[in-house]
Amino acid sequence: MQPDWPQEVHRALGKAQVRIVGYVPDAGHSRLIELCQGDRKMLSVVLTTEEEGIGLAAGAWLGGEKSVLLMQSSGVGNVINAAGVLKTCRIPLVMIVTMRGEEGEFNTWQVPMGTATPAVLEAMGVSVQRAARAEEVAPLVSDSLKNPHATAVLISQLVIGIKSFQE
Amino acid sequence: MILHRRQVVKTLLSERGDLLVVAGLGSTAWDITAAGDAPLNFPLWGAMGQAAMIGLGLALAQPRRRVLVITGDGEMLMGIGSLATIGVQQPSNLTLVVIDNEHYGETGMQDTHTAHGVDLAGVAQACGFKYSKTTSSLKTLRSIVHEGAGPNFAVVKVAAEKLPLVLPPLDGVALKDRFRRALLGPQADLD
Repeated sequence: MQPDWPQEVHRALGKAQVRIVGYVPDAGHSRLIELCQGDRKMLSVVLTTEEEGIGLAAGAWLGGEKSVLLMQSSGVGNVINAAGVLKTCRIPLVMIVTMRGEEGEFNTWQVPMGTATPAVLEAMGVSVQRAARAEEVAPLVSDSLKNPHATAVLISQLVIGIKSFQE
Repeated sequence: MILHRRQVVKTLLSERGDLLVVAGLGSTAWDITAAGDAPLNFPLWGAMGQAAMIGLGLALAQPRRRVLVITGDGEMLMGIGSLATIGVQQPSNLTLVVIDNEHYGETGMQDTHTAHGVDLAGVAQACGFKYSKTTSSLKTLRSIVHEGAGPNFAVVKVAAEKLPLVLPPLDGVALKDRFRRALLGPQADLD
């Protein structure tokens, strides 16, 4: 049976005392978003663009709270300039990124940003971890939450499934 | 009466108590520094458009402290979506003050959108801020910043003037660490 990665990640966030969760919705994140919204110890902050999650994380850390940012890979393009603050001020943030535009993607418009995602993150000084299988996601998130710098955990499209345009 | 930005900011920050202050990059970062550099100031040298969101993160992490974001009209326009995000969260301890000179002061004084009628206080009001006005009453503004149940938003129209730079420390890690130590005490170095 496929491991329940959203539940495992939610548990890992609770264990690391993450109380602020910024997100721009993605179908692949829907269950994790629901789990965070249903957790009275967590504040889920819906954003108009992923870039806002960088400011949210920087402010939360100034105030003593660790946060995470949930988004899909297209959102990585929206955070580039703001992400500089994570490196300049050394602010820890874990971005949990569901991938689009990988092998099997039907929507070719998703491919350029999906392909560039790891390079863009690394160019901005964000370290990149890749989860190719469901059971890898939560342990990578747990490890990344210990980093004093920004880290992105990329969740392969093979884990979340290819978006269908048939329904 | 034309207001001057340095005087407005100085008035807001005098006898500031334990107020936490974030300033957007450019002129407002110099303004808060001219009023007196302090450990609980976080002046931005980059990340244009993020001042309001940094204020939100801080306000959510520190619900018992008052948080003030002072930023310019150009910086606020770049992060205009964050007004909607703050409207959803309704942090009662957060106030945004836009020092609005209707120009991009750091890049050659080009007009911003507010020079052409865009009403930022109207946007904030529509996003659900509890108080949102364009005001020239510094007395009202001080009471909103220090006591008003937020989220609050105020635009203060000021003269478009080029002033001597008063630069805060440049090192981002040092700015962040001194802020956290002043706010969190020894715990700042244990997380």
